[in-house]
Amino acid sequence: MADRVCVQINSEIDIVTARQKGRDKAQQLGFSSTELTLIATAISEVVRNIVEYARRGELCVGIVQQGDKRGIVVVAQDSGPGIPDINLAMQDGYSTGKSLGLGLPGAKRLMDEFEIVSEVGKGTKVTMKKWVQKNVR
Amino acid sequence: MLVPILKQGDYLIASIQSELSDADLLKLRDDLVRRVSEFRSRGVIVDVTVLDVMDSFATRTLRSMAHMIMLRGAETVIVGIQPEVAFSMVQLGLRLEGVTTALDLEEGLSLLDHKIKGDNGLG
Repeated sequence: MADRVCVQINSEIDIVTARQKGRDKAQQLGFSSTELTLIATAISEVVRNIVEYARRGELCVGIVQQGDKRGIVVVAQDSGPGIPDINLAMQDGYSTGKSLGLGLPGAKRLMDEFEIVSEVGKGTKVTMKKWVQKNVR
Repeated sequence: MLVPILKQGDYLIASIQSELSDADLLKLRDDLVRRVSEFRSRGVIVDVTVLDVMDSFATRTLRSMAHMIMLRGAETVIVGIQPEVAFSMVQLGLRLEGVTTALDLEEGLSLLDHKIKGDNGLG
């Protein structure tokens, strides 16, 4: 991941920092203001998941190139308790915490690509991508 | 970051000045609910114009705040949700069910006048 920026997540205060860093990176890539908000909101949701369930972790944002597509890649990683049933966690309205249960499925809807890998007792890694839309002219 | 709460007649106006952490949002909720009782306010306006992200936590906190204020017998109006934020909230599946919203502070005030004082805005 070229040009990568990472934020250590230790408390809820870092949620604001993480989404600001993500927004800055997305802005450099030329995303529209609506897309910047979608990306910042998706980051907010996955980082809050870290704070709520794993307590600490790391959020990294970088640039990704695939063929002639350019985009932002967001990686949220923790060494927390892990998610026993990912399909269940990806369902709208499912939550074992105090949230609305829209965090992970919501973040997936806001981004173009979403991948989650989790192992109980080891941790969780969420990788999300959004591609810059080419100007249609 | 402290959110200033202004008392204007029967109303309280909370004007958010910068991005808020979760703790800041909870403090705003608690402060507003307390002050509604303290000042016997009839209406509350929360101006969120500067917020460029309203995620599930912010939405839930504002919604619970409005419900708590309603239980104290006052009305809440959320004003200034940015178009990008509205777009993102809908995509995320967030709803502000039962919470009144208005375009800006001016609209919010006339909405409160209408609801509380029965003023139809025509003088």
